[in-house]
Amino acid sequence: MSVQEALPFPEPDGAPVLPPVSAAPALELRGVTVRYGQVPALDRASLRLVPGTVTCLLGENGAGKSTVVQVVSGVRRHDEGELLVDGRPVRFRRPRQARARGIATIWQDLAVVPLMTVWRNFWLGDEPTRGVWPFRRIDLDAAREGAARALERVGLPGLNVNQPAAALQQGQRHSLAVARAVHFGARVLVVDEPAAPLTVAQHALVLRTVVAARDAGVAVLFVTSMPSYAHLVGDRFVLLAGGRVAADLTREDVDVEGLTQLMSGGEALATLTAELRRGR
Amino acid sequence: MVTAAQRPVFGVPDRRPPSRWRRLLTRPSTPALAGVVVALVVFGVQAPQLLGAGGWASVLDASALIGIGAVAITLLLVAGQFDVSIGVLSVASSVTTGLLVTEAGWGLWPSLAVSLLAALAVGTVNGLLVVVTGLPSFLVTLATFLVLQGGTLVVAQTVAGTSLVDGVEGAPGWTSVDAVFGSVLTLGDGRFRVDVLWWVAAVLLAGWLLRRTRFGNAVYALGGSRRAARELGVPTAWTTVALYLLTATAAWLLGTLALVRQGGVPVAPGFGAEIEYLVVAVIGGCLLGGGYGSAVGAAAGALLYGTVRTGIGVAGWPPQAFQVVLGVLLVVALLANGVARRRLIAVPRS
Repeated sequence: MSVQEALPFPEPDGAPVLPPVSAAPALELRGVTVRYGQVPALDRASLRLVPGTVTCLLGENGAGKSTVVQVVSGVRRHDEGELLVDGRPVRFRRPRQARARGIATIWQDLAVVPLMTVWRNFWLGDEPTRGVWPFRRIDLDAAREGAARALERVGLPGLNVNQPAAALQQGQRHSLAVARAVHFGARVLVVDEPAAPLTVAQHALVLRTVVAARDAGVAVLFVTSMPSYAHLVGDRFVLLAGGRVAADLTREDVDVEGLTQLMSGGEALATLTAELRRGR
Repeated sequence: MVTAAQRPVFGVPDRRPPSRWRRLLTRPSTPALAGVVVALVVFGVQAPQLLGAGGWASVLDASALIGIGAVAITLLLVAGQFDVSIGVLSVASSVTTGLLVTEAGWGLWPSLAVSLLAALAVGTVNGLLVVVTGLPSFLVTLATFLVLQGGTLVVAQTVAGTSLVDGVEGAPGWTSVDAVFGSVLTLGDGRFRVDVLWWVAAVLLAGWLLRRTRFGNAVYALGGSRRAARELGVPTAWTTVALYLLTATAAWLLGTLALVRQGGVPVAPGFGAEIEYLVVAVIGGCLLGGGYGSAVGAAAGALLYGTVRTGIGVAGWPPQAFQVVLGVLLVVALLANGVARRRLIAVPRS
């Protein structure tokens, strides 16, 4: 599919046609629609995540990126279409089910509760317990040790897991989110890049996480609004606009400039540049 | 896969052993416990009889009921919620019990069971309204407060034609109910009421729930970062409703203890108790924004309340001085909580 064919937006009629891919997708969205009231936040979006590849999800604010993340990670249920894990349709009712299927998410805000300790943050939503109800309680030793071991694996050996997460540096917090995401054996990793401005070092951290997961054979969905960073690591680029897939490109189809132009709406940017120049 | 050597190290691991003293400062209960010690010293000097058995009995008696309410409010505050209706609900449930006994002629135990169910129903409504509307819980429970306040008066006056329900003593089951909710242990010149045991039980239960269970983690997460809680699949709605059920149970317990103590109840539900619970919970270290607080802190806050209230009486200060001291304590607590929170963020603890 070339850039010219991808723009303007594909007609909504007819089933979306996806280019063939080499390996079987670990996760697939087929014509998924999500509505907030009457307004579709996601309109018949299709997406394939293949093991060992990085799929970049690009788009402006409000294009539907976070809705895709929410559907894939089980926070929100889709209204229409199919969500397939290993070719079988699923319908997640809660994030725990997505995690159990090996879909891990690194959230934009890293999903860290600042005033809770590191180990409580690590297990939040899926704490190891012992005893039977009503005496069921958190297995403190297992939880502390498990969190410490998982953090060691992502490069934080000897971190005090009893300190509040607020005491962690930004990078350490990111590691906490990574450790939590991969703990249950992630096969699909969703990385939702923060919208807040990051330093270059923080961007590097996110990108290294993406590349490390890809090298481990994980299917990665990298959600970002920065085409330059996306092009550094991406194998496939899916552009969202107004809740629809506006373009689905491979590395061969597009270079950084092309991607940036597509992102900013090409013509609109050209017009803007011309106007500004004339104004001067 | 990247090897260990290639793997990026994110930040520098912190190996500093946190000092015991600095860790102590990050606990929500520390300022209130320090306040209890100061109050005991101040009033112990002014009125030494405060430290005798009789004095302790008075202190604990003044602390117990407020302590039960404060521990319930603490759970809510940690989750970032509040319940204005807890005080009125306690009056409403004791009126329900009283009317079932005096007007319908029921036994005490079945009446208590029915009023507990009614209180739980109110708690469910509160919780569901907060979850469904997503409005500030202060407003939602203010509505419940008004309905209960008016409703209790109307029902009591229509059914009993009076604004004082009494005569529950001697009703079937009174002996056993009095033993459970009204026992008194006399030690020396101190009369220790069973309320104190209920208070201790409430604190232990709340402490265990908060520190040791998944429910407690969910409560802290709700108040600390609702978005993170939702993203991680913490059952936010269920947890909120469960919290209001616990508060309703505490209200019922408070109402029952008052009913049994006085053998009746004046139907005069008003504003007041819930504000004192809130003040005590904040003195006990809760942040109004949520995510921070402890059951031990609530207990310490209630003990401080009881000590000051009794101490002012025993030392012969004018009773109005109590409000002044409580207000000063609240301001000090608000400042201390802010400091504790900053320290918590800055200092590792275990």
